[in-house]
Amino acid sequence: MTRRGRELLVQAALAAVLLLAAAFLLWNVSQNLASSKIASGIAFLWREAGFEIGETTFIAYSAADTYLRALAVGLANTFRVAAVGVVLTTVLGTMLGLARLSPNFLLEKLAAGYVEVMRNIPLLVQLFFWYAIISEVLPGPHEALNPLPGVYLSNRGIFFPLPGDWPELSGFNFTGGGTLTPEFAALLVGLVTYTAAFIAEIVRAGILSVPRGQVDAALSMGLVRRDQLRHVVLPQALRLIVPPMTSQYLNLTKNSSLAVAIGYPDLVSIANTTMNQTGQAIEGVAIIMAVYLSISLSISAFMNWYNRRVALRGSGE
Amino acid sequence: MKPLLAAALATSLLAATGAQAQSTQEAVAKKGFVQCGVNVGLAGFSQPDSQGVWKGIDVDLCRAIAAAVLGDASKVRYTPLTAQQRFTALQSGEVDVLSRNTTWTITRDTSLGLNFVGVNYYDGQGFMVRKAGVSASGAKDAKKGAKGARAITSAKQLNGATVCVQPGTTTELNLADYFRANKMTFKPVVIEKLEEVLNAYFAGRCDVYTTDISGLVSVRASRAPKPDEHLILPEVISKEPLGPAVRHGDDRWFDIVKWSLYAMIEAEELDLNSKNIEQQASTQNPSIQRFVGATGDIGKMLGLDNKWAVNIVKQVGNYGESFDANLKPLGFDRGLNKLWTKGGLMYAPPIR
Repeated sequence: MTRRGRELLVQAALAAVLLLAAAFLLWNVSQNLASSKIASGIAFLWREAGFEIGETTFIAYSAADTYLRALAVGLANTFRVAAVGVVLTTVLGTMLGLARLSPNFLLEKLAAGYVEVMRNIPLLVQLFFWYAIISEVLPGPHEALNPLPGVYLSNRGIFFPLPGDWPELSGFNFTGGGTLTPEFAALLVGLVTYTAAFIAEIVRAGILSVPRGQVDAALSMGLVRRDQLRHVVLPQALRLIVPPMTSQYLNLTKNSSLAVAIGYPDLVSIANTTMNQTGQAIEGVAIIMAVYLSISLSISAFMNWYNRRVALRGSGE
Repeated sequence: MKPLLAAALATSLLAATGAQAQSTQEAVAKKGFVQCGVNVGLAGFSQPDSQGVWKGIDVDLCRAIAAAVLGDASKVRYTPLTAQQRFTALQSGEVDVLSRNTTWTITRDTSLGLNFVGVNYYDGQGFMVRKAGVSASGAKDAKKGAKGARAITSAKQLNGATVCVQPGTTTELNLADYFRANKMTFKPVVIEKLEEVLNAYFAGRCDVYTTDISGLVSVRASRAPKPDEHLILPEVISKEPLGPAVRHGDDRWFDIVKWSLYAMIEAEELDLNSKNIEQQASTQNPSIQRFVGATGDIGKMLGLDNKWAVNIVKQVGNYGESFDANLKPLGFDRGLNKLWTKGGLMYAPPIR
């Protein structure tokens, strides 16, 4: 048999073993669940959820809706914090990375200090910290801070006016206008400030990787500083920056599941509640895994596409 | 992923089908202790004291089971569980019995692979709010009183309130039901850890904290910075029969846990307690004779020593003693949990 034939055979055998193992596990699970009278299947998704969700993104929801809709609300909430988080953390991280390369001593040291502190404190601790700041330090809605007309800061969140819709105190809380809840705000600030520390290092490393000679060459061609960065340094630095940046975006998205600790209703939080109310933990965990896998693969696919775009033309051909 | 969940998944993935080769009772006898799933810290139900010794009526039930099965109430190991972890822990075999102020409902009894054995505390869900004129920081905001918080005296006034609640509980569902039924709205803040959800309420993140009334009383007495600033509203919005649960399919163990609970209740009815059980054992009362195992073979029928009930009462006490030791100091009233002979619901089937 040729070497290639042997290799193919081994591969096929391995795949068959894997498939068999998976089939056995699946069969075994269903047997065990049935014998211990634990409900299984995904029919529960169309049953009434019966619990309320604190905040929703784009999708209207009430306790009379189904578990499926509740999970969709959780997913939308995950997307919201991840999308805003990725944008903000990129901006903050890039600024910090540039600050670390700044000839200004104070700025450089401050940025270095920030990076060391933020990335060495566990994210969960930081989330509790931000949540405590918002809920313990800010006053109640009846004594809300009012820094700008129509903007109120209280331990119920940040309320701000929308065109033709100003927040107003009525009864327990403000109604109308836009709201950032303490849970969302704490999660967003925590994720952004934490991930930015890593991004700063990636940006710094990327820029430092461009040989000094490139800058000298650009200088000798008479390019001003801005054009040097734009046409010479950044295109080369991006090749190194983009792949690790992808990992950080994935990290931020996955870390958003820590939301559960501070009560932000993200996908994991809703799925946990669903699992507990229905007792169908295996289905719930499978849903969580499938969703995070899809999100991560989508981000990866997009970043790979972007990476190919910024890669050196003609290289590797 | 949570280790418990991972353990549960691994167990259900890998355990051979029908692997209940060993009964829970045999397993307990072999390892020499009962692994009991309890609340992470709810004063009066299960909470470690300053010496690290677990105390509470749920803990007493664990000890009663150990006394009945192993003859020694101290042979218990505790697994503190959050509301979300509790059923998985029982399903996966992490604990032998779940004694964690858990509400008995038909969904849980039929679809979670577990069986509730009885009720050791009849409860109902309620609401706790800050009294009027008290802001979150504890400062009186009387000056702003005019536009400050209204005085809340009824749950019907809670329209628009923000409510702190733990996930994975019947509480969360009753809450939504109650507001729907009364055409009111609310904003839930759902946090898993008791510590964190209480912090959120006491810090003023929520207007209302809701759980079983026993939980409200316990938390107000043991966790509130100033207990008298909090008011438990009069409405009781649900039935919450709290009781222990065991895995589905082990009838012998189910019987043992059930009758350990009933032995404590029956002992109170027979006026047997930890102090007098030795001397009462020699009286001629036939009920007591049966109870202490002097006549009949009730222990053997359960697969236990005939002294099982004596061990429970002597080492743990009767239900009333447990209630008085654990719940009374926190300001609990016996209420529904009086014996049926005194107008309550505590009723043990005949031990004969």
